[in-house]
Amino acid sequence: MSSTTTGWVRPKIEQNWLIRLLDWKPFLIFICLLPAIGLLAVFLTYPLGLGIWLAFTDTTIGRSGRWVGLENFEFMFEDPIFWNAVFFSVFYTGVATIGKFGLGLWLALLLNNHLPFKSLLRAIILLPWIVPTVLTAVAFWWIYNPQFSVISWMLIELGLRDTNVDFINTAWPARWSLIAANIWRGIPFVAISLLAGLQTISPSLYEAALLDGSTAWQRFRYITFPMLLPILAIVMTFSIIFTFTDFQLVYAITRGGPVNSTHLLATLAFQRGIPAGQLGEGAAIAVSMIPFLVFATLFSYFALARRKWQQGESND
Amino acid sequence: MSATTKAEETEASSAPPPETMAWDSKARRMVTIYLPLACFLIILLFPFYWMTITAFKPNTELYDYKTHNPFWITSPTLDHIRLLLFNTAYPKWLMTTMMVAVGATVLSLISSTLAAYAIQRLRFTGSQYVGLGIYLAYLVPPSILFIPLATMVFQLGLFDSPFALILVYPTFLVPFCTWLLIGYFKSIPYELEECALIDGATRLQILRQITLPLAVPGLISAGIFSFTLSWNEFIYALAFIQSSENKTVPVAILTELVTGDVYQWGALMAGSLLGSLPVAIFYSFFVDYYVSSLTGAVKE
Repeated sequence: MSSTTTGWVRPKIEQNWLIRLLDWKPFLIFICLLPAIGLLAVFLTYPLGLGIWLAFTDTTIGRSGRWVGLENFEFMFEDPIFWNAVFFSVFYTGVATIGKFGLGLWLALLLNNHLPFKSLLRAIILLPWIVPTVLTAVAFWWIYNPQFSVISWMLIELGLRDTNVDFINTAWPARWSLIAANIWRGIPFVAISLLAGLQTISPSLYEAALLDGSTAWQRFRYITFPMLLPILAIVMTFSIIFTFTDFQLVYAITRGGPVNSTHLLATLAFQRGIPAGQLGEGAAIAVSMIPFLVFATLFSYFALARRKWQQGESND
Repeated sequence: MSATTKAEETEASSAPPPETMAWDSKARRMVTIYLPLACFLIILLFPFYWMTITAFKPNTELYDYKTHNPFWITSPTLDHIRLLLFNTAYPKWLMTTMMVAVGATVLSLISSTLAAYAIQRLRFTGSQYVGLGIYLAYLVPPSILFIPLATMVFQLGLFDSPFALILVYPTFLVPFCTWLLIGYFKSIPYELEECALIDGATRLQILRQITLPLAVPGLISAGIFSFTLSWNEFIYALAFIQSSENKTVPVAILTELVTGDVYQWGALMAGSLLGSLPVAIFYSFFVDYYVSSLTGAVKE
């Protein structure tokens, strides 16, 4: 009996003390923020700084480097492979973003109609985005196979071509094939987010426009597009950032080949940094992506500010 | 495209039946909505179909398009899956991936719930700047971080250990989940907490007994999203893991199944299919949560 009473009393005292400490707001805030901020500081902020520092050293795997100043960058700027990667990163991002948003917006507009099985349809459309990128990239690799490409087979059967299509064995076809795969994977995300934006547009606007005798294009141009612009800006920022720094698709399908023609900055940084062991050089290539990302983030910030202004304060 | 729709539109509006709206005629809907939608669906689903059909095709059919139509299987086989499950470490890779995904999800859910609660409910000076900082962390892509993180992981002695992945994945999960949960906490009326405070509840009791139960949909969304993102992660797993048995499924398929010049396409596709299934099944149970978290996070 006595053991139960002591067992009852002791935690109560402890709890009281603990609860009082946890009810003290500054301490509670500190405790609550600690895990998230700690994780982000140690594994995100610190590596970001470390990466910038590494870019100015000649670190290799297994040997800590010494400060070499701008040597890595000088070497990089004279390297045609680097400039090719810069070119392809920009080209890839530009074309894939236009493709994704053009087709994604179209798909969103289609889905915004009254359709049977709407939620099922939405679920199916999001599938390419849910499945691991590398695994679908492997499927694309097989579709692009020089010998057994099913697309080649189809085109030959239809009489449109006599020979197999060369998808990934020469520079330009490989670039376009990668862009096509990226667009394929990006459409669902764009379409579903824009669909959410479309559904917030009040139907009364369209009714009013219809009564005024507007055409479909006018309704799109003067109602849908301006109302969609804020969400479009945010989704586009994310899409641009993650397309520019893409790695998986290119690494899985071409590994930067043929003859380094499809390297993105991320795959080039990986190739130089990890298998070749030149961590300093790899870090310098990775760091050279930062100015672009800062630009994209500022774009996002001003788009957000604009949205606040459009919606008024009440909608915070 | 626009020329034809315009033409159809003027045609439809010139002679509208008085009851139905001019732009809702059936033939027009067929051409402008269902047809493009069908094309989209076929293109979006084709790689999955191709993956599935390749995984069950015997090699004789796989490499012979002359006598066998590549879009169909005449004699389906489980050889590729058997090869995958019994001749490779595939089950081990699946287990590792599952462990990493669950570990990283739990870790990031706990830390982001607490952080979101602090930012949204324990309002303090500068709380919105902490929120903004976490949002900005989401914009830092893994491609920039993997090289310095690789050196860190090496120094911590975690190289080639799945544990390193559990610690590193929260860097992209926590910002996302925190942002999502801030949105959910915002939708819970603050009056409920005030009432509890007046009744003498402590802050922790409020969090555990009032806020968290009400935020369950948000927690589920954040959880399944984290799980999917960790399952799909590639670049960290590729950079930090070296030994075959510790690899995650996406990395292992690309590095272990692709050997030499002869690709085992059947096994590769079977591996991709099996690796996609857990997320796909998970997804099919929680579609609505996925959609709401995706659109919610974008709108925030």
